[in-house]
Amino acid sequence: METANKTEMKEFLIDQLLTGTPDMADPFVSSKFAELRRDDIAKPVIYIGTGTCGLGAGAEATYLKTQRYIEDHQLDVDVIKVGCIGFCAAEPLVDVQLPGKNRISFKNVTGDKVNDVLESAFTLDSNNEHILGQFRSEKLDVWENVPFIDEHPFFAPQKRIVLKNCGLVNPINIEEYVARGGYNSFLETIKKYSSFEVCDMIEKSGLRGRGGGGFPTGKKWKFANGTEADQKYLICNADEGDPGAFMDRAVIEGDPHRLIEGMAIAAFGIGATKGYVYIRAEYPLAIERLKIALTQAREYGLLGKNIFDSGFDFDIIIKMGAGAFVCGEETALIHSIEGKRGMPRPRPPFPAVNGLFGKPTIINNVETLSNLPEIMARGEAWFASIGTEKSKGTKVFALSGNITLTGLVEIPMGTTVREIIFDIAGGIPNNKKFKSVQIGGPSGGCITEENLDIQVDYESLISVGAMMGSGGLVVMDENTCMVDVAKFFMDFIQRESCGKCIPCREGTRRMLEILESITSKPNKNNEKEALQRFKGIVQLEKLGKVIKETSLCGLGQTAPNPVLSTLKWFRDEYESHIYERKCDPNVCTELRTYKIDIDLCTGCMACVRKCPVNAIVGARKTHHFIVEDLCIGCGSCVDACKFDAISIS
Amino acid sequence: MSLKFEVMEMNIEINNRQLKATRGETILDVLTRNGIKVPTLCHMKDYFPSGACRMCVVEHENSGKLVTSCSYPVEEGMRIKTHTSRVVEARKMIVELLLSNHPDDCLYCVRNGNCQLQDLSVEHHVTERRISGLKNNFSKDLSSPSITRDPDKCILCGRCVRVCEEVMGVSAIDYINRGSKTLIGTSFNKGLNTSSCVNCGQCIMVCPTGALSEKGHLNEIQMALTDPSKKVVVQYAPAISVSLAEEFGMQPGTDVNGLMNAALHKIGFDFVFDTSFSADLTIMEESAELIDRVANGGTLPLITSCCPAWVKYAEEFAVDFLPNVSSCKSPQQMLGAVIKTYFAEKIETKPEDIYSVSVMPCTAKKFEAQREDMTHHGITDVDAVMTTRELAQLIRLYGVDMYNINPELTDSPLGIRSSAGKLFGGSGGVMEAALRTAYFKLTGEELKEFKINAVRGLNGRKETKLQIGNLEVGVAVVSGLQNAKVLLDEIRNGRNNIHFIEIMACPGGCIAGGGQHIGADQKAILSRLSSLYDIDDRDSIKVSHKNPEVIELYDKFLGEPLGHKSHALLHTEYEKREVPL
Repeated sequence: METANKTEMKEFLIDQLLTGTPDMADPFVSSKFAELRRDDIAKPVIYIGTGTCGLGAGAEATYLKTQRYIEDHQLDVDVIKVGCIGFCAAEPLVDVQLPGKNRISFKNVTGDKVNDVLESAFTLDSNNEHILGQFRSEKLDVWENVPFIDEHPFFAPQKRIVLKNCGLVNPINIEEYVARGGYNSFLETIKKYSSFEVCDMIEKSGLRGRGGGGFPTGKKWKFANGTEADQKYLICNADEGDPGAFMDRAVIEGDPHRLIEGMAIAAFGIGATKGYVYIRAEYPLAIERLKIALTQAREYGLLGKNIFDSGFDFDIIIKMGAGAFVCGEETALIHSIEGKRGMPRPRPPFPAVNGLFGKPTIINNVETLSNLPEIMARGEAWFASIGTEKSKGTKVFALSGNITLTGLVEIPMGTTVREIIFDIAGGIPNNKKFKSVQIGGPSGGCITEENLDIQVDYESLISVGAMMGSGGLVVMDENTCMVDVAKFFMDFIQRESCGKCIPCREGTRRMLEILESITSKPNKNNEKEALQRFKGIVQLEKLGKVIKETSLCGLGQTAPNPVLSTLKWFRDEYESHIYERKCDPNVCTELRTYKIDIDLCTGCMACVRKCPVNAIVGARKTHHFIVEDLCIGCGSCVDACKFDAISIS
Repeated sequence: MSLKFEVMEMNIEINNRQLKATRGETILDVLTRNGIKVPTLCHMKDYFPSGACRMCVVEHENSGKLVTSCSYPVEEGMRIKTHTSRVVEARKMIVELLLSNHPDDCLYCVRNGNCQLQDLSVEHHVTERRISGLKNNFSKDLSSPSITRDPDKCILCGRCVRVCEEVMGVSAIDYINRGSKTLIGTSFNKGLNTSSCVNCGQCIMVCPTGALSEKGHLNEIQMALTDPSKKVVVQYAPAISVSLAEEFGMQPGTDVNGLMNAALHKIGFDFVFDTSFSADLTIMEESAELIDRVANGGTLPLITSCCPAWVKYAEEFAVDFLPNVSSCKSPQQMLGAVIKTYFAEKIETKPEDIYSVSVMPCTAKKFEAQREDMTHHGITDVDAVMTTRELAQLIRLYGVDMYNINPELTDSPLGIRSSAGKLFGGSGGVMEAALRTAYFKLTGEELKEFKINAVRGLNGRKETKLQIGNLEVGVAVVSGLQNAKVLLDEIRNGRNNIHFIEIMACPGGCIAGGGQHIGADQKAILSRLSSLYDIDDRDSIKVSHKNPEVIELYDKFLGEPLGHKSHALLHTEYEKREVPL
């Protein structure tokens, strides 16, 4: 890097971008590129995973300790903050690359482990327990006895298009992105093709929206492409709100330039000159990195007026969302950008014809847009060769819940759910049994053991009552109560309902109340309570159906899904809650009853003192008893008892 | 947008019937035209569909989905079913969901018997409480002098929000909070009295339930009526006599002036006066003001000040135009002031012993009556204001049978009016009356043709030019404050060929005011307007300056227009109001 200052490097790279394919036969060019890609380094490089997941696991301390280590040992080393590679379970991740040697990755490097890890890296000791693996390269020396990362079961089945650079490159360094072929695809596209051809290629590639509905992207673009207007807009929907979905964040934090390039291609395809990234304000790091990347792209002339003398204008504005889940719905999102309350409006007219400020507008999700540079670079046929018949390419899934390896995986469409959970993510921890997996967030549904072998694609998931959604995958083990899960999602949805249409606003609240009534303590003083509960149950499915059929927007239309889906697969659990007033996994606290084993009870009064509702009676040194009618099932007594005398009956 | 659709006929199938439709129409348009009724709640004709209530869903057989007919455009070959069991059950469920969060206290509701939610409940045969649960418990907003809000009865159809934004350009209210906690409120959910609300009451007119209503003054009025020490005087606005009939099931537009006089006397009002009298008075003052401004290079264009909603709007949003607004009080306040001075002297009663009531088609008049500057020596000009609806209520309360009484006349000396004053009831009326008098004052001759058709009718914006002597006077008439905003923006941008502007907040003027009968359609409003025009055709005194009682008032008491006494009693001033956001 010392060889060229920033301006010279910029001019060099712009030259290369202008010529199209860089001439790798030219030793000057190839060495510059190798240097920028860090294939060939002069001094050691330490990469620290500082995505939000890494920071949550303590990467900031890791970074500071690393700086201290370098100072203490007076080393000449580059330290680079990278995004998340997807292996969130083992964050903080630290990679070390020594000149001439393969990049090696260490896991769980919290602050206190830094010295140990760096010591073994710099002393070429390959016996450190933190070693995750080494990256493969063509020319560099291999670490003996260190496995390759691409053979790791978590990474081996993955096919990384969107996440290609995530966790590997410096996200806020445009030089590195360009050296890895970045922006070439965009510039070639605007040079070679007409806007309609681009729409056509994307349609042929089979790319479908990754944000939920799965509408063919190219087809959607053609609506906007074919509408005459003095102004069109492209919006990137980065208002990732599903509980358990975080791929958009990871992409923007780890590789913002890919999104910018994708947006530029899309804008060219539909004829938009202005783009918005609607991103939730809860993603400060992603916003910060995106801002830097946008500034860099403008400096390079990749955004702005008359990009690379092509006559194409395009620029991007970041618009922060204020945290409403419904603003992920496209018409609500448009209202929000316009400065209005984020509430959906009826479609048609679709935004592609009449959208932001009344102009044709295309809204695509972060993942959808991030696929575009590779599709345009490698051709629509290449993309169409990946995946299943109707679902092409790859999909990023965010794994969370009761699963051994949480994190992000990008797998080809058609991989089975079983492969994702058991082969890639290591199955269920603590020897628990698998119970169900929720796919598609609050709008989706659950998949049970018997359907684990279905392939992940849009149609198959819908056929079993789930949906792709944004790709959140929450795994649940045998200790999960499905009624409780449904209640959680219903609570989320009814709080996030915008309040506009009646079925969603009033209906979700009633559904939640019904779920609450079957998971709450039976009220013995109210004779009608049982009757009301049974009446409620009868209504649950009817309500769900009406909400689904009549709600205004996607949020409402999918709102009853978690209930309907759990009701379909776990009806017995609902029944035992309703009829036997019992929650088998003992999750619903109010349905628990406790008993005190008089043989073990010493009469120490510990539980009596702890009980918040004075439901335990008994004097010192006499056996204690629980008054069931008073007990709220909180379990404080169990924790208080030193003699294991109290248990759930 | 440059999207051009050719007018195109298409065939669609509704309930197995082949029907013709035109591109650009919604399913609901076709249904309405063909006599198929689907229930609606949030739908407002000529507004962009909101799609909030979902009541109008129909089955779209081609896609198998339920779609809202109010928003869904017709497509060639579409097949629609409007009353399948699936649709009917969904609609019924929606009504039941609304009811499950409704106070259910119809018997105590101001809208009992005139409520769309009640109607829907009856139509859908809701006879048992299938869905129950927690109900919202918001507090009422009683802060406004004009409008009372009860969010518990609100079904969030959003019509009030749209009227306030799209017709009035005020946006005093909007949705706040989320999910089941959503309600319609002002910014920061403060009282309506501190908001930018101009009190026009158009929100009440579109509210399907009892969530919005006027602040009632009936109790105070009844107290005064039974107080032997009080002389209770009532005045009614020009628009009342042509609107009240509908409250009693009569034909829209029926003029019940005589019956109303009789009813008011029967109820116990000591004197019944006509605000049209003071409309004539207003014309005397305002035309003098116009002539003065034109002659002496005063601020032009002159803008009328009869409408208190517009005046408040100007104080909030058009402060730069305050010097343009006429300093004349509105007819209600002028008559109020005259009653408690001239008339009080005449009947030898102390002004504080007079209780002055007005009947107005308007809720903003309630606000106007309590403005600080609408007092004289600490005595309020007008003590209580009732809307057309409240008057009907009072008539029912006092057991007056409108079908079986004989018409009576108003009382003297403030009861005679010209038909010009009567025209105040409709948009353009003030303009027409003022031009008749201004023409006379400037030329010494009467207009050859009193009717000025260019300013008549329900159009939101009307303009014309009138040659008066050697001066070509440009006039504009707007109703609906959003239209006013557009016009004022034009003037801000340099337009200078207008001398006189009439602004009324409610679209169509007072005949469509916020205090009128709820549930009237555009046709009924047009009948009210035609009725005013008929009166103008019939009457013998067609100009304000020939009203004998007005002439007498000037002779005996006021002196001359814009004179010292007029200034003290009949004029006022305005100042900027600070509004939160």
